[in-house]
Amino acid sequence: MDLLTGNPILLQTVIIGGTGLICAAILAIAARFLHVHEDPRIEAVTALLPGVNCGACGYAGCSDYAKHIILDALPVNLCSPGGEATVRKIAAFMGVTATLTERQVAVILCKGDDALATRTTLYNGIADCGAAQQIGGNGKACRYGCMGLGSCARICPVGAIELVNGLAVVHPDLCISCGRCVGTCPRRLIKMVPESRFIHILCSSQDAGPDVRKICKVGCIACTLCAKVVNGVGITMRNNLAVMDYSVPVTNEETITKCPQLTIVKRSGTKEGAA
Amino acid sequence: MEYILLIISAVLVNNFVLTQFLGICPFLGVSKDLHTAAGMGAAVIFVITCASAVTWALQHLILVPLHADFLQTIAFILVIATFVQFVELVLKKTSPALHKGLGIFLPLITTNCAVLGVAVLNIKKDYPFLKSVAFGFGAAVGFALALIIFTGLREKIARSNPPKCFQGTAIALVTAGLLSLAFMGFSGLVKM
Repeated sequence: MDLLTGNPILLQTVIIGGTGLICAAILAIAARFLHVHEDPRIEAVTALLPGVNCGACGYAGCSDYAKHIILDALPVNLCSPGGEATVRKIAAFMGVTATLTERQVAVILCKGDDALATRTTLYNGIADCGAAQQIGGNGKACRYGCMGLGSCARICPVGAIELVNGLAVVHPDLCISCGRCVGTCPRRLIKMVPESRFIHILCSSQDAGPDVRKICKVGCIACTLCAKVVNGVGITMRNNLAVMDYSVPVTNEETITKCPQLTIVKRSGTKEGAA
Repeated sequence: MEYILLIISAVLVNNFVLTQFLGICPFLGVSKDLHTAAGMGAAVIFVITCASAVTWALQHLILVPLHADFLQTIAFILVIATFVQFVELVLKKTSPALHKGLGIFLPLITTNCAVLGVAVLNIKKDYPFLKSVAFGFGAAVGFALALIIFTGLREKIARSNPPKCFQGTAIALVTAGLLSLAFMGFSGLVKM
């Protein structure tokens, strides 16, 4: 006792440590009596999932999805970040055959960075696309283009979106197809597309051709040349804009060379491709 | 008589949520469904009542004699966390549905300031043991009462289709404010 009273630090440590120890002992005993049996397979499947907890499967995190796979016999192919490898592993573990879906990659349909698209005013407000959109944009002359304030880049759980010269650009190799960025963009510029589609029309402007020319060097002027190259299959004209229909694979690279505005680009979704 | 007055004072006059604004987080978080709210109320009543007994003993039998009452907060939180974990274990065993309904708010009782508030107020007001327990019980019943009234109101509001800008949290906060005003009307009912 003399040792303790003479040494306040030791005394406090003993008090708190002792209280903690007693509490822990009570809990340990309680846990033994109140143990709930959980299916050990849930933990095994959780370990197979990537653990990003992105919610792309529609459940609150990886362990929740694992629980639903085991208890509700949910399809095993809902995890897009894990990709093919994860689906195969879980399918093998569960003894089911999985139908593989193609990896989806985000693409931002705007090419007008600060060098190519004009600005009319200087925006000094909140650095958030939603906030800027509420007051009519951030001074970019184009009402449809990327504002470059990076809301999508901030919500991306893996940092696959980068701001390059005032324009958000997706790094396809990093994208885990969770689709969170899609809903973030107030101008609805982001689309999830199958990764094998490599030709993209990077414009969303519905302005008439002459107006687009005045404010953006790479905007679609609705000249319809690309749609003519593919005879309207896969590329359609809608509201002064050539729109890529991603359900039909367009592989004719003449579309790229024909575009007078260089709006159409080749970008592969696979590892070797760059934006 | 003294105890009855103490409990009434804790439940109505000095209601922890509506007049002292403690424990607002679960008050807003688990007030969407009456069944869950009742479960939450019961869990809080158990935790606060037990915690006020144990923290009183801890303070007067261990901390004060050893001149370690500056450890009050950390020691009390330790005790509260233990009770919360215990409740969680019991609920997981006995009522998985309620456990799921309470979700994150069950472990968050640990950081519910109403719980620590009761324990600290007991010491500050220098209540004897039985009075501490009675005060803790009253405060917890007050919390449960406020939570259940509020949940009932919110369930009605959800069905009555408020304007879009008020839906959800906005109308809930307005309701909470009005409910708080109503409880303020009890002030002066009991002189303690």
